[in-house]
Amino acid sequence: MAKKSIGPVRREFVPWESPDHPPFIEFRNVTKKFGEFTAVNDLSLKIYEREFFALLGGSGCGKTTLMRMLAGFETPTTGQIFLDGQDMAGIPPYRRPSNMMFQSYALFPHMSVEKNIAFGLKQDKLPAQDIESRVAEMLRLTKLEEFAKRKPHQLSGGQRQRVALARSLAKRPKVLLLDEPLGALDRKLREETQFELMALQEDLEMTFLIVTHDQEEAMTVADRIAVMDKGQLVQVATPAEIYETPNSKFVADFIGDVNLIEAKVVEKSTTGTRLVSVTDGFVIDSEQNTDAGTDETVWYAIRPEKVRIAQGTGEAGAVNQIGGLVWDIAYLGDVSIIHVKVGEDDHDTIRSTFANVSRMVEKPITWDDEVVLTFDRDAGVILRG
Amino acid sequence: MTRGPTWFNITSLVLGFSFLYLPIVLLVIYSFNASRLVTVWGGFSTKWYASLLQNEQLLDAAWVTIRVAFTSATIATVLGTLAALVLVRSGRFIGRSLFSGMIFAPLVMPEVILGLSLLLLFVAMDQARGFWTVMLAHTTFAMCYVAVVVQSRLVGFDKSMEEAAEDLGCPPVKTFFLITLPIIFPGVIAGWMLAFTLSLDDLVIASFTTGPGATTLPMKIYSQVRLGVTPEINAVCTILVAVVTVGVIAASLVTKRQQAQRERDERAAFGADLA
Repeated sequence: MAKKSIGPVRREFVPWESPDHPPFIEFRNVTKKFGEFTAVNDLSLKIYEREFFALLGGSGCGKTTLMRMLAGFETPTTGQIFLDGQDMAGIPPYRRPSNMMFQSYALFPHMSVEKNIAFGLKQDKLPAQDIESRVAEMLRLTKLEEFAKRKPHQLSGGQRQRVALARSLAKRPKVLLLDEPLGALDRKLREETQFELMALQEDLEMTFLIVTHDQEEAMTVADRIAVMDKGQLVQVATPAEIYETPNSKFVADFIGDVNLIEAKVVEKSTTGTRLVSVTDGFVIDSEQNTDAGTDETVWYAIRPEKVRIAQGTGEAGAVNQIGGLVWDIAYLGDVSIIHVKVGEDDHDTIRSTFANVSRMVEKPITWDDEVVLTFDRDAGVILRG
Repeated sequence: MTRGPTWFNITSLVLGFSFLYLPIVLLVIYSFNASRLVTVWGGFSTKWYASLLQNEQLLDAAWVTIRVAFTSATIATVLGTLAALVLVRSGRFIGRSLFSGMIFAPLVMPEVILGLSLLLLFVAMDQARGFWTVMLAHTTFAMCYVAVVVQSRLVGFDKSMEEAAEDLGCPPVKTFFLITLPIIFPGVIAGWMLAFTLSLDDLVIASFTTGPGATTLPMKIYSQVRLGVTPEINAVCTILVAVVTVGVIAASLVTKRQQAQRERDERAAFGADLA
């Protein structure tokens, strides 16, 4: 059997897979407490040079605190932070080789666009013509040439965002920190900007660290994502790994849409695991080996697009085949979501999504149709808690 | 339905504004009175303005007042701005509400009490009273007003702008002068102007804390009026009213134009996202 890989491969860049590759940024057992509240709890993380790394999590999960500690605006209660081999302890923000793009953009309202971009360069006391040429380069890079003389309040949201980006890039920092950089933009502009950010990161060969609560944004731009919850890392992996092999119920639920089925382990063998649904008794056959013991209750997580749906009735006792009634239908244009009732309870449904590849269907699925759901042995993941 | 002014509206407008401005209008009119008797109209004349320029005493008092107002307003602005920064920025510390309460207290304290307590202090310090004591007294109460005005400007201040400046390599003190101060400057200027005007027209505190050789204009006017109002006094007051009016109108015109410009810019920028 040929070795399978997960998801499309964007670029061959996997420094995290070689154990002796030196990290560029390292958090070592970092804890940050605000009074009684622990924002970051004994967290260790390595980020590599030229990586586009995303910190993803809900509000209050500690992702912003982690970034602000790297920028120097917060001091860790315990633990160390290294940047390019240097311990950052005691180094004030204005001496750190990182630059940050703020969520509010934090543009200086009394300075023109070019003065905003030149601000950091002036602090370094660069010669005037160097500053001028660097500002011109940044204006070109962010397509802001015609707005150079404008003040921030004369710009649109998208333009302000680009000024903030240009200003934080102007000093060629060792690492660029992006705090929810696209949060204030509308959806279309945000998607465009995500691809611009990726192109920029590859062109400039810089390390980017982005903080976001938007999973789609993290998955689009990042080489690796760290999912955070309650001040700790839950999973650190590539977007495809996070989506296809979540390591916990939290990650499976947080990223994308998922069916979580409570099931009991009934049989373990070298070729996989057999589970039986706790509420509805259908059998799930998985090729995954699990540490869970026989009779232990686990969660079987399966993405709706990996559940195939067909009209008809299933065979009783068949493997990975669940019969049910169509309970609800959502037509979203590109995909349709079908909720199938598989048990007695109305909430006991499994979702199946499929791409609407043809415009016309001879016999469309409709409410109360009898349907069969099927899925492959490698379609889902067994999760313990 | 037409919504023109009703008789009721017009009447209340006329009554209200007469109540406010009739005394001042009378004062202005009588400053151009040719007669020496204040209440008897004797024809139009500007001679009182000319004689004003000869009145050394009044001119001296005016000069003292301007010096006091200028110095005290400037010092009060520095101190008041610092106080506002501490109160807005330093978060919660023990006694914070006590401090902010104490900043506001002089705003509602009777001036007589303030003046008397300052006088007692200067006496206890064995400080000869004159220009410096008036100036210090004015600084004391004016800085509270400055603190209040600057505080309101600071509340809406996005602190991440300072962080951005530091992040770009600017040390904290330099950040204050390059970023914070320019942004809160309208508030600081407003505070200065308020302090200047308060000092300009203060009579009570100045009377308590002044000494020989440092008579301010309000004190001078007050003492002369007690001997009888002369048309010269009317002329001084008219000039004061004119200066204040011109200042206020100019300030509001500038603000209005900036506001309009800003709105135009923002409208123009709004369309740019769609382009």
